[in-house]
Amino acid sequence: MSALEFLLAGTLAAALPLLLAALGEMVVEKTGLLNLGLEGMMAIGAAIAFICVYHTDAHSLGFLAAALVSAVLALIFAALVIVVQANQVAAGLAVGVLGLGLSALFGKSYESQTISGLEEIGLPVLSQIPVVGPTLLTQDIVVWLTLLGTVGLWYMLNKTKLGLIITAVGESAEAARAIGYPVGLIRTIAVAFGGAMCGLAGAYASTVYTPLWADGMIAGRGWIALALVVFGTWRTGRVVFGAILFGVLSLGELTAQAIGVAIPSQVLASLPYIVTILMLVAISRHQTRVG
Amino acid sequence: MTQPALLTLAGVSKRYGKVQANKAIDLEVRSGSIHAVLGENGAGKSTLMKLIYGVERPDEGVIMWNGAPVAFNRPSDAQALGIGMVFQHFSLFETLNVVQNVSLMIPGRPQELAQKIKDLGEKFGLSVDPGAMVHTLSVGERQRVEIIRCLLLDPKLLILDEPTSVLPPQSVQLLFETLRKLQAAGTAILFISHKLEEIRALCDEATVLRGGAVTGRVDPRANDARALAQMMIGRDMPQVDAARANQPGDLRLQLKDLSHPRVSRFGTTLTDINLDLRAGQIVGIAGISGNGQQELAALISGETRAQAKDMVQIMGRGVGLLDAQQRRQLGFSFVPEERLGRGAIPEMSLADNSLLTAHRQDMLKGGFIKRQVERAFTRRCIEEFDVRTPGPDAEAGAMSGGNLQKFILGREIMLQPDVMLVSQPTWGVDIGAATAIRRRLIDMRAEGAAILVISEELEELFEICDSLHVLHEGHLSKPLVVSETTAEEVGAYMIGATV
Amino acid sequence: MKLRLIRRDAASRLAMFGAPVLALVLTCLTSLVLFAALGLPAGKALHALLLKPFLSWYSFSEVLLKMAPLLLIAQGLAIGFRANVFNIGAEGQFIIGALCASAFPVYFPDGNFPLMLLAMILAGGLGGMAFASIAAGLRTRFGASEILVTLMLSLIAVQILNYLLLGPWKDPRGFNFPQTVRFPENALLPLLFENVRPNISLIFALGGSLFAYLMMEKHFLGYQLRTAGLAPKAALYAGFSTPRMIWLTLALGGLAAGIAGASEVAGPLGQLQRSVSSGYGYAAIIVAYVGGLRPVGIVASSFLISVLYIGGDSATVSAGLPVAAVEVFQGMLLAFYLLTFTLIRFRIHFERGAAA
Repeated sequence: MSALEFLLAGTLAAALPLLLAALGEMVVEKTGLLNLGLEGMMAIGAAIAFICVYHTDAHSLGFLAAALVSAVLALIFAALVIVVQANQVAAGLAVGVLGLGLSALFGKSYESQTISGLEEIGLPVLSQIPVVGPTLLTQDIVVWLTLLGTVGLWYMLNKTKLGLIITAVGESAEAARAIGYPVGLIRTIAVAFGGAMCGLAGAYASTVYTPLWADGMIAGRGWIALALVVFGTWRTGRVVFGAILFGVLSLGELTAQAIGVAIPSQVLASLPYIVTILMLVAISRHQTRVG
Repeated sequence: MTQPALLTLAGVSKRYGKVQANKAIDLEVRSGSIHAVLGENGAGKSTLMKLIYGVERPDEGVIMWNGAPVAFNRPSDAQALGIGMVFQHFSLFETLNVVQNVSLMIPGRPQELAQKIKDLGEKFGLSVDPGAMVHTLSVGERQRVEIIRCLLLDPKLLILDEPTSVLPPQSVQLLFETLRKLQAAGTAILFISHKLEEIRALCDEATVLRGGAVTGRVDPRANDARALAQMMIGRDMPQVDAARANQPGDLRLQLKDLSHPRVSRFGTTLTDINLDLRAGQIVGIAGISGNGQQELAALISGETRAQAKDMVQIMGRGVGLLDAQQRRQLGFSFVPEERLGRGAIPEMSLADNSLLTAHRQDMLKGGFIKRQVERAFTRRCIEEFDVRTPGPDAEAGAMSGGNLQKFILGREIMLQPDVMLVSQPTWGVDIGAATAIRRRLIDMRAEGAAILVISEELEELFEICDSLHVLHEGHLSKPLVVSETTAEEVGAYMIGATV
Repeated sequence: MKLRLIRRDAASRLAMFGAPVLALVLTCLTSLVLFAALGLPAGKALHALLLKPFLSWYSFSEVLLKMAPLLLIAQGLAIGFRANVFNIGAEGQFIIGALCASAFPVYFPDGNFPLMLLAMILAGGLGGMAFASIAAGLRTRFGASEILVTLMLSLIAVQILNYLLLGPWKDPRGFNFPQTVRFPENALLPLLFENVRPNISLIFALGGSLFAYLMMEKHFLGYQLRTAGLAPKAALYAGFSTPRMIWLTLALGGLAAGIAGASEVAGPLGQLQRSVSSGYGYAAIIVAYVGGLRPVGIVASSFLISVLYIGGDSATVSAGLPVAAVEVFQGMLLAFYLLTFTLIRFRIHFERGAAA
């Protein structure tokens, strides 16, 4: 398999945890909050999913449990920020640290164990296309479901009343409250959704992408996902594009080989962050959404 | 047996912490009537509306709808019975268009809603483009959107909270026509205001509130404004004896062709503003809020820098590029319209709030704060300006609006400014304090200060100013000498007729 | 249910002392339950976490060693937090500080450089400051959120560190470990006591605390920063320059973190390693908040968190507690602190009725 083929085959899977977490956080930020605890919520999801799959060998159960547990962790953030109105930067970090710590605690006896991943499914007919077919168009079920879900999320945010309500709450919580929307509840649900998405992202990382558990295996993906939301300027389509781009970059050295240039892998690894800073500069000139 | 009233309140009370906002209120609104709730700022009108609309729940008492007791947990409960509310500060979303805003409250497909909006608009004289983004609409148009949104719920009772405070005189007449049409169609209207003449012109019943309790139930058309005022404030309306101007002195503040692009999407662009303010003068700027008042005040104070040095001149110096602190050093001081969070820091003590702008009054030594001086200054301010507070250690956030305004005004006056800008001096201040504040400004004029007052209250400007300008959509009118102009002329400028 | 926070009169002093204590108690209780549920000897673990560090001079000295960087960084960060400037990238500024300081011993491994230590500390501080200033420049010039920029810069700093340690700065005789040469004697900070590791960086940290106290509580500069944090519009109204405050707070935060980074390589490590920071930059944020963002409180909270670190080390041995338990403990402590602070400062008023 050539480097390019490898890249075609691996990019979507590498992008998936980033995409899931970023889409969740995007919804949170659209309601006007900022949860910095992604890394921790992904980590706890990864640990829980791994433990679940290790004992039951059922990936669906693992994903479900991960989503639930991460959502519960996110609800701690919601309680601190929405109920007791604590500073959200501090609350997000608290949840992040807590999640990282708990993941290591729970996962300790599973360190370096492995489980089986998921088989890949080729798209009917299309997967017969040479080069692209067996690589890009042959992915595991989670990838296909996520892509489908992303379209659903886009539709929800842009074409439905629920999407309108989320935009309204984000623009002016005061006005939304005045016309009778339960702003706190809507934000709580969004935060829980964001947490669940991080859980799924973590689950994918630990049970499908690299089916093994190691402390610290999220390795900064939560931060990249956070960056991705900014990069995508809170739009679903751009977040997808960004996730794929960052996915390519995260394949680091492989990518370098594929394009045949000898760049230190650290430069490639830094690129998402540098691009995000540039993006922040470009969009902030017109508006300040966060901070 | 007579038919019960549409809405009845019996003995309704509401308390926030130590403040008794509503005391045993009785109120009856009959179908098809326009009922006024009259009271000055802080009399408990807003709280009462929140109770009726289900935003808050009463601590005691009963709310009855067609004679049957009801309990609202949230606004949608009130809406379901047919109660609609138009807020004083609009609850519209600027980044959405009219139909989207409406659809947040009313079910239905966008096309249908757009059609309904047009139909209602024609029927009641509320024309508005359904596809327009809200941030492009004028204040009057936004109010129409709010009203239409309520009407789409087909309300039996429509509550309007100070609806005319945002409208120029001419638009007020349009609004009244709409409301009379609604009344004719059988809708009851609850009209909240502190403006006596409006209530006499529009309403057939009035309930007067003072200090959270009902002080009168009258037919406003049968009482003159003075009688209503007495019920509202408990005594005769105090008068400010306007010792008219001394000879104006040297030029203290000058705006020269001041133009400034709007800062945010929702702001106002200022265009070619010219103004002269001399020693011993009070000059007013009239106009409805949102026509560039905030932008203009910030440009004069230095919170926003102008585009060229000479566009703003204080004491003959071009200060357009200086910051607020540098302008103060030239003898300028400023009382902003927002007290908490701008004129004062809510979480800090009064003493620390003195430091905010009075730090140059020998309060610092090598940058370190001299607590004694700070406290002495604060005590003097509390005494001289009759600020009701336990002392310099009281937190600014715990004070009433009027008291805090007296403190801020006192602090700025104690800086002995040569030129002072006062923005909305009596917003949310009770009548007693408002009178004291106006007297103080007139005293300052007598002592030779130059004062610029930005206010929405036309009566106030007529009372204290020598001349006034009108600000409309970022354009400033020529100066009008107060003794030679009329409210009608000013009103015409307020809607941009002769600018 | 509808709820409203009602400010209690004059409860801020109580909140300052009460909240951290209450948070600590709640954290201990929750940990007991959690550890027990995981089948760990909970009582023994807590004993090791909180008491062991006081039972020998050596472990207590280790607490002091740990406390130095945490205290210094947290003081720097808290100044910014109080002005609403959220520098959460102290981790990166720490790493850059360590890098800049290490350049001297790496290029002069024999110590042939005049005033080696002074140069290292200066370079570290200035490096951290310069790195943080990038965020200040982007915030003041373009309005880019310093929260995200400092965070992204931290992640970039890690990559720079990796690049140097895997490439040009790798110790040629280090068996391919990603670390530099061991520093010469004159590149190491003097120790405070014999036989134990705390060095004069603790003095830097305490000096920094005194500076922070004078500046924030007694000086007009601190007043301006507090005003900017509590009421940004009031700061603008008074004419306090926002850009200057952003530059100042980020520069001070970067300076403190940079000096801490330099002190770490010139102190206990004696060389630059991949694990130079072990999360000080993030832990310091917790320290700053649990200390109520006040200079005196931060001295206490940095001590507490250091006790937890050292106690956590001994708990891994005596109670078989995983290293991660310390993180859990820290996270809980911050979460409980945020909770208790509000509960003491405000009265939560529930009203009958459904969803708020």
